[in-house]
Amino acid sequence: MDLIRVRNVEKKYKNGVTAIYDLNLAIEKGSFVFVIGGSGSGKSTLIKMLYREEKPTKGQVIVGGLDVAKLKDKKVYKLRRKLGIVFQDYRLLQKLTVYENVAFALECIGEKKDDIRVKVLKALEDVGLKNKVHSYPDQLSGGEQQRVSIARAIVNNPKLLLCDEPTGNLDPEKSMEIMKVLNDINKNRGTTIIMATHDEKIVNKMKKQVITLKDGHLVNFKQKGKYENEAI
Amino acid sequence: MKLFRMLARSIRDAFKSVIRNFSLSLASISCITITLIIVALAIIASMNVQNFTKEIEKDMTIVVFLDNDTDEEEAKIVENKISKMSNVSKYTFQTKKDVKEKMQQESEVFNTVLETWDDENSPLKDTFQVKVKNIEKIKSTAEQIEKIKNVSVVRYGEGMVDKMVTAFSSIEKVTYGIVIALILVTIFLIINTIKLTISARKREISIMRLVGASNFTIKTPFIIEGMILGMFGSIVPILITMYGYTAFYKHFNGYLFSELIKLIVPEPFIYQTSLAILGIGILVGMIGSASAVRKYLKI
Repeated sequence: MDLIRVRNVEKKYKNGVTAIYDLNLAIEKGSFVFVIGGSGSGKSTLIKMLYREEKPTKGQVIVGGLDVAKLKDKKVYKLRRKLGIVFQDYRLLQKLTVYENVAFALECIGEKKDDIRVKVLKALEDVGLKNKVHSYPDQLSGGEQQRVSIARAIVNNPKLLLCDEPTGNLDPEKSMEIMKVLNDINKNRGTTIIMATHDEKIVNKMKKQVITLKDGHLVNFKQKGKYENEAI
Repeated sequence: MKLFRMLARSIRDAFKSVIRNFSLSLASISCITITLIIVALAIIASMNVQNFTKEIEKDMTIVVFLDNDTDEEEAKIVENKISKMSNVSKYTFQTKKDVKEKMQQESEVFNTVLETWDDENSPLKDTFQVKVKNIEKIKSTAEQIEKIKNVSVVRYGEGMVDKMVTAFSSIEKVTYGIVIALILVTIFLIINTIKLTISARKREISIMRLVGASNFTIKTPFIIEGMILGMFGSIVPILITMYGYTAFYKHFNGYLFSELIKLIVPEPFIYQTSLAILGIGILVGMIGSASAVRKYLKI
């Protein structure tokens, strides 16, 4: 079954720039997909449309049965609760501890305190940070901070995990650690992962599905794809 | 249960935010305080004006003087006609003799002068004191009475009292204007205060939105914060109303300048006014923060 369906989608920004032209995609539940392309290729726009930060100008984006384009501003939270999002810059709250940062996501949606505790500890265990629950973000390395943000993204057990350049700020070694964590989440929790990146090594090593975008056009969508330089 | 939990969280966050941004909160609380003090004074002033305008209106009487040679029977006819007028609520009749006695009682000078007149050539006249139902129609009623046969002169409090009432009612309108303007200024100030606290928490809000917090969850703490600011801001104005007005009332023994201007008795007036001020404070805080937060909820 397809978790995501993108049909004839076009995205034109208000300043006249067209980021995506007539895009069609179907992504299966449980898959691990890389979105690659140079800057301006539209990969960030695609990710943003999946969590309704941007609305498509034309066409239809369906995520987990929700028609994203037709979703009213007031109802966007319903979509957001179905997915987790990880950014390049972690987006953690500096004043809160690791535990509190992850728990924050559940507090915001009104979970019970006991449930929060169980889920947060499980998520932190999954990313390998169980021994750092009481640290503050500025006491952690970049890789660890990114793992906190992954824990926050998966704590509510979403069907879909969107990652926008999660390894962009990390060195190759830490990047591979992150990729291992993501791969485990994909395998153990069955979470569908879509990750925008321009890290060639990672893409080539992971051998997952690859969507290649260039100047807003879909170049190809391969199983076990590789990073192809001519596409960039 | 879930709603209750979210609400408790909102209230906790709101208090935290007030304390965390203490100097900013203090600034807007003092702005609200000053505004509400003026609002309180305006409410007290306008309520008092309204009160004594009503008192004066209640006192307004048409005095009907009959011709000197009117006999009892003719007076009866006049009485009959007055009693049939639709705007007349009450009337009393005083003969020359009654008037004389009354005046003699009032002052020594009158007493000695009036002594010299006997009933036959007294310059005093028989009078009717007429009260009307609708004060605005007092003029036409007076004119109607004047047309009745044997009525010589009709007087009602057209002069000074009339002017005073119009003057005070325009003062009342001006105070309403000032109160509305001040409330608008306060709302504007609260919008800005809350905007500052929001921009300090922009990051937090953006993360809340990403993890799927509903607008209600994001908005409520800020709206409660505005209400708390409004509540704190109304403390001093309420104290001023409660103790200030009572002291003011006692100092002037319930009358201002003359017995004509009667002040409103403090109880329960001060409680009603305080409640109104608290209500205005909370409402103003709520409106201000609601409009400040709206901009940040667009996704």
